[in-house]
Amino acid sequence: MKLLEYEGKEILREVGVPLPEFGGVIDKPAQINSILKRLKKGPWVLKAQVLAGGRGKAGGVKLAKTPLEARAFAKAMVGMKMATHQTHGQTLKVEQVLVEQGVKIEKEFYFSVAIDRKIGSPVLIASSQGGMEIETLAAEHPEAIIKKPVDPVFGLLPFAARALAFELGIPAEHISSFTKVATTLVKLFISKDMSLLEVNPLVLTPKGFVALDAKIVIDDNALFRHEDFASRDDIESSPAEKEAKKHDISYVGLDGNIGCMVNGAGLAMGTMDTIALAGGSPANFLDVGGAANQERVERAFKIILKDPKVKTILVNIFGGIVRCDMIAEGILAVLKKMKLKVPLVVRLEGTNSDKGRETLDRSGTRLMTASSLWDAAQKSVQAAGGKI
Amino acid sequence: MSILLNKDSRIIVQGFTGSAGSFHAQKCMEYGSQIVGGVTPGRGGTTHLDRPVFNTVEEAVKKTGANVSLIFVPAPAAADSVMEAGKAGISLIICITEGIPVLDMAKAKQFLKIYAPQARLIGPNCPGVITPGESKAGIMPGYIHKQGPIGIISRSGTLTYEAVHQLTQKGLGQSTVVGIGGDPIPGSNFVDILDLFERDPKTEAIVMIGEIGGSAEEDAAAFYKAHMKKPLFIFIAGKSAPPGRRMGHAGAIVEGSSGTHASKIEALKNAGAVVIENLSEIGSTVARNFKSVVV
Repeated sequence: MKLLEYEGKEILREVGVPLPEFGGVIDKPAQINSILKRLKKGPWVLKAQVLAGGRGKAGGVKLAKTPLEARAFAKAMVGMKMATHQTHGQTLKVEQVLVEQGVKIEKEFYFSVAIDRKIGSPVLIASSQGGMEIETLAAEHPEAIIKKPVDPVFGLLPFAARALAFELGIPAEHISSFTKVATTLVKLFISKDMSLLEVNPLVLTPKGFVALDAKIVIDDNALFRHEDFASRDDIESSPAEKEAKKHDISYVGLDGNIGCMVNGAGLAMGTMDTIALAGGSPANFLDVGGAANQERVERAFKIILKDPKVKTILVNIFGGIVRCDMIAEGILAVLKKMKLKVPLVVRLEGTNSDKGRETLDRSGTRLMTASSLWDAAQKSVQAAGGKI
Repeated sequence: MSILLNKDSRIIVQGFTGSAGSFHAQKCMEYGSQIVGGVTPGRGGTTHLDRPVFNTVEEAVKKTGANVSLIFVPAPAAADSVMEAGKAGISLIICITEGIPVLDMAKAKQFLKIYAPQARLIGPNCPGVITPGESKAGIMPGYIHKQGPIGIISRSGTLTYEAVHQLTQKGLGQSTVVGIGGDPIPGSNFVDILDLFERDPKTEAIVMIGEIGGSAEEDAAAFYKAHMKKPLFIFIAGKSAPPGRRMGHAGAIVEGSSGTHASKIEALKNAGAVVIENLSEIGSTVARNFKSVVV
């Protein structure tokens, strides 16, 4: 689960990480007035609260030197449609804007903690060249990036934080400020089950270090022990995706027109790829789970059909422990209950697959059975109106 | 020979009396695996499926001489079970459980390194391990497998069954099939298992099934190029997956420019692996190329 910047900063504030003076979070431009009354001294920074990096270049971060400017920016930013290089061609509507007091920046640093899959533990990434995106930095100045594995039990010990501070060239009088912030951030990463905690930039001000930004991702698998996060609205997921999640069905909406229902995540991806290879375009990723019983098949169909782009449905089930003839019966029972208006292609493989296909073929129901995944993909592409 | 698991493997099941544990323990026994007991805290001293139940893994190991543990414990307690198995001296820990917090796994791995260096962990979020004709420790349908010369390693469950099924239909049996799981921090990675297959005299070729996310496939490519001679066939799932979205598995996500399908394919192709683009052609591709390699 990704958190918005202001949500992330709330968590940082709780543990005492220094932040810019908080003005407020507004969802109507006029709300800026009360903030300006309270936070009299400018400049003010307005930041669009969307879950994507690259906001600055897309006009989502503005520095207002006068109240007049602040009001103008608030008006322009609330409700603005934004596309950054991280939104992959989509636009995001800015619902909320964070207003803070500007800080005096002496130097910008980069600081993050993430999961390093290769070493199997958290890793700390820091640089004395903060402000730009880490991927750009990695491409342009790889030598300026310091990476340190973090012990998942001990966290970042003060001596290691001090060593890092010296390596980053932090002036002696600010070493203790950095050490405190760095160890606190790592502790927070571990205690809140984060998979990413990025502060970019972490800035040095005359008074010490201040976290100017906060990008936080919480590990979905750990939400069961963090009720405060679990109860939040997952703003990244579509209504169909949320509905699927409620029923333990893994679903991701895509751009194409062939709805997919598959058991197993890998096979679901493989099915999408096969459709694409056959010249079609999948409408979704859907893993119905191990037990593809009648109830789950029905749920999955309903979720797939919420997407009006779907012109055909491909069911691809590998029956292992669950027998294909049982799955076929389940599919037929669902079809009796709900009238499908789109063509259906079914590929059953594994235990009793012949019997399963026979059951479907004999039922007189209008569906196409397929002899292989490739056959199924080709039939679905044709049923959906041909190659794209 | 085979890798990891054979007919002499003595297996206990953690989470033995739960519904998944019971069901799959039964299936493993039917396949011929030596399930010598199970662990469910608080149920020690009873029997379940005609096997003794113990309160702790330590006790189970002492009384049964188990060397393999198969874990079905629910996610919140699963990492603890992994550590318990390691501390009790189990040498092969297979964790089926899905949904374990990433940091729990990071801690468990660290624990095993320090307190149980003898232990190899497979999974979590995996179908387990099977050596066809000898032993099955996992949730895969046993009957689709056949004894033979092909080793299989995979990050995905049903995709593995698909590959196994296609191979078996072409008359190509398997030496051992290992599901390393779909989580960001797996107990064992491709390189660990490739190394075992390369050294296993019974394995003559290897099928590796990867997916988007992380760099385990790229690491495997480098290892293959430097250390291996046996033919390697690969399929990588997720070519059509959009960046930034998690595809079911916790580890199946393209983040920024890392973990892309293209980078994995390129690395493996350059390393000399045979790349299979069409999932339906795993069996036929291996059959075509493998014969030309061995004959």
